[in-house]
Amino acid sequence: MTMDIGYVRTDFVPAKPAPGRTGGPILWAQKNLFSTPTNALFTVFGILFLLWAVPPLYNFIIGHAVMPGGTVEECRAEGAGACWAYIYARFNFFIYGFYPIEEYWRPNIVFVMLAALIIPLLMPTAPFKRTNALLFFVVFPVVSFYLLSGGVFGMRYVPTEQWGGLMVTLIISLVGIICSIPLGILLALGRQSKLPIIKTLCVLFIELWRAVPLITVLFMASIMLPLFMPAGTTVDKLLRALVGVTLFSSAYLAETVRGGLQALPRGQFEAGASLGLGYWKRTYFIILPQALKHVIPGIVNNFIALFKDTSLVSIVGIFDLLNTVQSASSDIEWASPTQAVTGYVFAASMFWMFCFAMSRYSLWMEHRLDTGHKR
Amino acid sequence: MTHVSETNVERTVDTAAMQVSTTDVAIEVIGMHKWYSDFHVLRDINLKVMRGERIVIAGPSGSGKSTLIRCINRLEEHQEGQIVVNGTELTADLKRIDEVRREVGMVFQHFNLFPHLTILQNLTLAPIWVRGIPKAEAEATAMHYLERVKIPEQAQKFPGQLSGGQQQRVAIARSLCMQPRIMLFDEPTSALDPEMVKEVLEVMISLAEDGMTMICVTHEMGFARQVANRVIFMDQGQIIEQNDPENFFSNPQHERTKLFLSQILH
Repeated sequence: MTMDIGYVRTDFVPAKPAPGRTGGPILWAQKNLFSTPTNALFTVFGILFLLWAVPPLYNFIIGHAVMPGGTVEECRAEGAGACWAYIYARFNFFIYGFYPIEEYWRPNIVFVMLAALIIPLLMPTAPFKRTNALLFFVVFPVVSFYLLSGGVFGMRYVPTEQWGGLMVTLIISLVGIICSIPLGILLALGRQSKLPIIKTLCVLFIELWRAVPLITVLFMASIMLPLFMPAGTTVDKLLRALVGVTLFSSAYLAETVRGGLQALPRGQFEAGASLGLGYWKRTYFIILPQALKHVIPGIVNNFIALFKDTSLVSIVGIFDLLNTVQSASSDIEWASPTQAVTGYVFAASMFWMFCFAMSRYSLWMEHRLDTGHKR
Repeated sequence: MTHVSETNVERTVDTAAMQVSTTDVAIEVIGMHKWYSDFHVLRDINLKVMRGERIVIAGPSGSGKSTLIRCINRLEEHQEGQIVVNGTELTADLKRIDEVRREVGMVFQHFNLFPHLTILQNLTLAPIWVRGIPKAEAEATAMHYLERVKIPEQAQKFPGQLSGGQQQRVAIARSLCMQPRIMLFDEPTSALDPEMVKEVLEVMISLAEDGMTMICVTHEMGFARQVANRVIFMDQGQIIEQNDPENFFSNPQHERTKLFLSQILH
């Protein structure tokens, strides 16, 4: 329709539904896989790569693999795949380390408590959040500590040297994550402080820990520290590693959180201040909820890195998941060509499972917390 | 008389109810100077605001208008002179600053609502955590003020879902929930679409009619003419001229004021 000068609209155009998707799978493939010669070439190479890589992988993991219940002879046979029978046989070692077999019920209770408390805590709609948080952050660590180490209520004392496997990996990463959150937030706030002494201390702390490799921190904690301590006093090796990992992680977290603090417009601080809210209330109710939400991807990135870095504690003689897998791979009883590889595939998939879960949870949380103020 | 091009509020303003106290001083600024590092942004500011007075501050951008009212609730620090608000002198003492801020509401150009909280939570946060008012009572007060700014139906929404005019009305209601004795407005309509300016000005006028002590930095000269009982003109960090609106607009004295008015009124 042409519009003359002096045009006046007489009727409004009603909203119509958007044109739907057209065409079947062939059209879809044309549009997405073969739209240009270059794309077609990439598609062909992609398919060739999958044809080359997938069948041997499948054969190793499932096709020719020796499933639980199999024998070591089958694993030693020519062309045998992954030796899952070996993983099955040593599974308890990978989960509990050298923890005495007759005491397995103690870590088992801890695992159950952990699952029962952490799942509702992570579900925003679950009731009794306050009680739940209190149980998880205060009661659970104390109970777990006494359950695992024993020495009370007639439970046999199990020194931390005997703890190991996934249990230790989870302990180190959970303690590291939970303790480094408040510490990291305080450091980030301190670094932005107007008080020069607090600011300097926070900057020094953060820069010191960030500039040192975690391996060095762990070595210092386990080998150097005892040299400086008065003779006779000892600090548990696992505890030293825990402190080292936590402080290390909190320095990284502080910088992530600081990024979130800086992304907030000044008006948010000012609006809070003009209402008479003091520094801590302003920070708690207005600044942190927004700043932390902005940096969820960064924070989870830190946590995933921390979870994987726990495997470094093996160099100071702590038997975490990876270290138990590694030491079991020299087990003569199960010696076979694929023994070590199977172990590493198992360890990798365990690590992947936890890290992937964290990643998905954070994505979901981001969407949930989006209150649509992006404009 | 010059014609005012800005939004004219249609209804007549009830000036009879707007009593100005002759003895009760709300704000007193004496010989105040402020610097941004080496830049002398406010110079020798002297200003006395009586309880119930409605003051409009006008002036070109960069003249220090916003900085001046931000000094009154200490969002900015002054280096010389005195600022006394409701009888409390502003110093570095944090307790005094919070005391003053509790009694002085502020409305910003960009609303500065808390985007992660609902409208109702925006309104009740400070009454609950600063004044210690029980939640139910704070919510009742909040709904009262939301009705007053005519958007009670938005209480459960988030700021991002509201229009600019609605957000600014929420921001005014948020300040009112603290039941302040003084309200500061920092260009409250400058970031709004033209169609939404009026709804915000209406709320400000009804506040004035209730006898609120107000200082408004604004370019709405129609509002100034109808509501203010004093217009202050600033340039280069100084108060150049002040007068009642009638004389300010029809008979400006200073050359700079004349130039400014000729630029914005046609």
